[in-house]
Amino acid sequence: MTAPHELTVVLIGNPNTGKSTLFTALSGMHTRIANFPGCTVEKKLGMYQDQGVKITLVDLPGTYSLSPRSLDEMVSVDVLLGRQADVGKIDAVICIADAANLERNLYLYTQVREIGVPVVLCLNMWDLAEARGIVVDREALSQRLGVPVVVTSAHRNVGITELKAAIHRVVGTSIAPVRPEFPAAFNHEITQLSQWMQAKYGAVPPLFLLERMLLDVGGESEKKLAMALSPELLPVLAASRERLAEQGCRVPAIETKVRYQWLREQLTGVVTRSSPVERVTTSDRIDKVLTHKVTGVIAFVAVMLLIFLSIFAGAAPFMDAIQAVQGWAAGWVESVMGPGTLRSLIVDGVIGGVGSVVVFVPQIALLFLFIAIMEDCGYMSRAAFLMDKLMTKIGLSGKSFVPLMSSFACAVPGVMAARVIENRQDRMLTILIAPLMSCSARLPVYMLMIGAFVPENVYVAKVIPLQGLVLFAMYSVGALVAIPVAWILRKFVFKGETPPFVMELPSYKWPSPKIVLSRVYDRVKAFVLRAGTLIFCTTVLVWAAAYFPEDHSHEMQLQSEIAQWEAELTVGWDQPALGRRPTTPEGDAPQGGPAFEANLSHPTSTSHEAKQAQLDQLREEAHLVSGQLLADSYLGRSGRLIEPLVRPLGWDWRIGVSVIASFPAREVVLATLGTIFSLGSEVADEGEENEKRFASTLQSATWPDGRPLFTLPVAVSIMVFFALCAQCAATLMIIRRETNSWRWPIVTFVYMTGLAYVAAFMVYQVGSRL
Amino acid sequence: MTLDQISRGTPVRILDVTGDDTLAIRLMEMGLIEGERIELIGAAPLGDPLEFSVRGYRLSLRANEAKRVIVELVSGREP
Repeated sequence: MTAPHELTVVLIGNPNTGKSTLFTALSGMHTRIANFPGCTVEKKLGMYQDQGVKITLVDLPGTYSLSPRSLDEMVSVDVLLGRQADVGKIDAVICIADAANLERNLYLYTQVREIGVPVVLCLNMWDLAEARGIVVDREALSQRLGVPVVVTSAHRNVGITELKAAIHRVVGTSIAPVRPEFPAAFNHEITQLSQWMQAKYGAVPPLFLLERMLLDVGGESEKKLAMALSPELLPVLAASRERLAEQGCRVPAIETKVRYQWLREQLTGVVTRSSPVERVTTSDRIDKVLTHKVTGVIAFVAVMLLIFLSIFAGAAPFMDAIQAVQGWAAGWVESVMGPGTLRSLIVDGVIGGVGSVVVFVPQIALLFLFIAIMEDCGYMSRAAFLMDKLMTKIGLSGKSFVPLMSSFACAVPGVMAARVIENRQDRMLTILIAPLMSCSARLPVYMLMIGAFVPENVYVAKVIPLQGLVLFAMYSVGALVAIPVAWILRKFVFKGETPPFVMELPSYKWPSPKIVLSRVYDRVKAFVLRAGTLIFCTTVLVWAAAYFPEDHSHEMQLQSEIAQWEAELTVGWDQPALGRRPTTPEGDAPQGGPAFEANLSHPTSTSHEAKQAQLDQLREEAHLVSGQLLADSYLGRSGRLIEPLVRPLGWDWRIGVSVIASFPAREVVLATLGTIFSLGSEVADEGEENEKRFASTLQSATWPDGRPLFTLPVAVSIMVFFALCAQCAATLMIIRRETNSWRWPIVTFVYMTGLAYVAAFMVYQVGSRL
Repeated sequence: MTLDQISRGTPVRILDVTGDDTLAIRLMEMGLIEGERIELIGAAPLGDPLEFSVRGYRLSLRANEAKRVIVELVSGREP
């Protein structure tokens, strides 16, 4: 047989066996991440060359067994059976097991080897097992099981070469028929079932699926086959199970019993101990402290606070740096290009769009740095253990805590963190309520509205400042609303039995920096490549809606005049009375209007103050023009169109436009409000003077009939709307990516916008009647 | 007696896992099989979930999950 040039190898194993570490050790950084079609399971591929053969490594999700109980779990079985079209035929399987805990780990192996594909058994974390005094006679194990057994310590790169060699050796060989023997009664039922299906449908599924169908009561193989063939299958299965129960082979207990019994026999004499069994291990002693009523809670709060502050505040300098680079890039483009549509597209569309993606990277990287450390050292499952009781009260599990907490800083990394939840129902629920947590992007909106409309120096109960109280209320409202939302979703959308919590608490170990960093890199890469493009497109689309279809030549002319005045002022500052007059670019016919007159009437040498005044006048003029252009753009027109819709919230069309424009990100509402109230978008930048100017303009804004537009109920209505709405393209796109479906971002957008609208409506209607 | 009722430091023997649903299958797959020894290590600060030692590893179960596992004391008869 000639050696093939390409091989597909699957990696499977229990959670906490160092599977990702082994994956990285085998394939290095050459990975590709996608989703398996039609489900939320991540398809992680690694590529490497060995002995001139190109090997594609498929990493399957960590699992304790191959008894599929959901569509997501069925993927692993389909891949192994070679039925997953996008993976194709499998040449070999690496079954990875924790060398220190063989008995439970090999349960999965006994199922995997029945698929019939050549298997290499990899005993990982060998060094840790040795340190704990566990000795495995791997020669004997290999002989008994009839498969190659390789020992590795993947986090130290030990045994990887041997593993690669073993893969080459097994490809093309047939697997020895050493397997747990099921009782004759069971085999008889399988034969009967097979014959019945052959007679009835003219086809029989692979033996492995047939067995799964009989063994997994209510499992995915049963559902899938009954659906594909006919519901008649179900009573036949039930009768078969009943006959088995009568003969003392109760399904499903029979399977675990047979496999574990067989494993114990195989491992007798193979696994021994060099030191007596420790009843209390070092890991147990650490656990005593970390899950203790007092010390455990203190440690947990400290760790969570550290994570939260890191992504809330620690990421800020990096985000500022990204925005500074973005500003610098925009400035550079503006300095080399004349004003025009293309320049606006590059500056506001492209640079703004790239910025809106990259700005999330620091938070994602930091959160996943912590998550990877916690997962690798074993604390992640303890965190779930500690929080479970609290989280079950709102219909979630302990594993939802970290994603939801992170969402208070930013829902994007929060939604991404939900992948630590293996159970699909829990994960979906967590993803859908994560955007309700008050993220840091809402803060600028709250600050502006509270600063401008909630009276200062007013205290509730004489000590609590009203402004602070309102801010606190805004922060809590999302989390409070999330409780009934979670309850309703659990009751009507993700119904069914409560997912089991049953979870291994792995031994503590030192996290490996290489693994932690590669996991952070993976997540950032996945975000930028797969969600980033969508976020970028949204930003460009919203730019276009705000730019077209109006003629921007007047605005552009003003912009170039301002640029010239600014240049002259800088020059004039350094070399007084140079007397150069800004020139209009050739071919640019001067237009009428105050700007033009201001330009004409300015003398050749004026004092600095006078020039400054001229410049200010020009700027004001430009702000007016920009505001008008926005009002007449597609975006502005749609704002006018929906005015009847937002009137009951106390808003006029200008607020409506600003809210629509904030679809890419909530904080954009400030820049849009600035533009549309003719203050220029820069007014949204930080600074006390800007804040004051912004606040006073909003305070003096009126309805056409002269009534003040912004009142306290209107301000609160805007804040409540922003607390509950889904105006964040990045969150919606990351939900699209994590759930692998457009359905869930649409559901999120609709339910959150609905909630936000109703809440803002009630707040305004009640508030304006008080 | 069920697994949620045992006290810390008293190993017990598993007699049965009741039911044939996802939870029962998962418990059995994790090695909770008739005849196996299991011991309570501790509980989370709020009293639930519980931490057990079985087959040489640590397993966390909610009390209402542990209720599905029927056990007996190793030394004596069930009280």
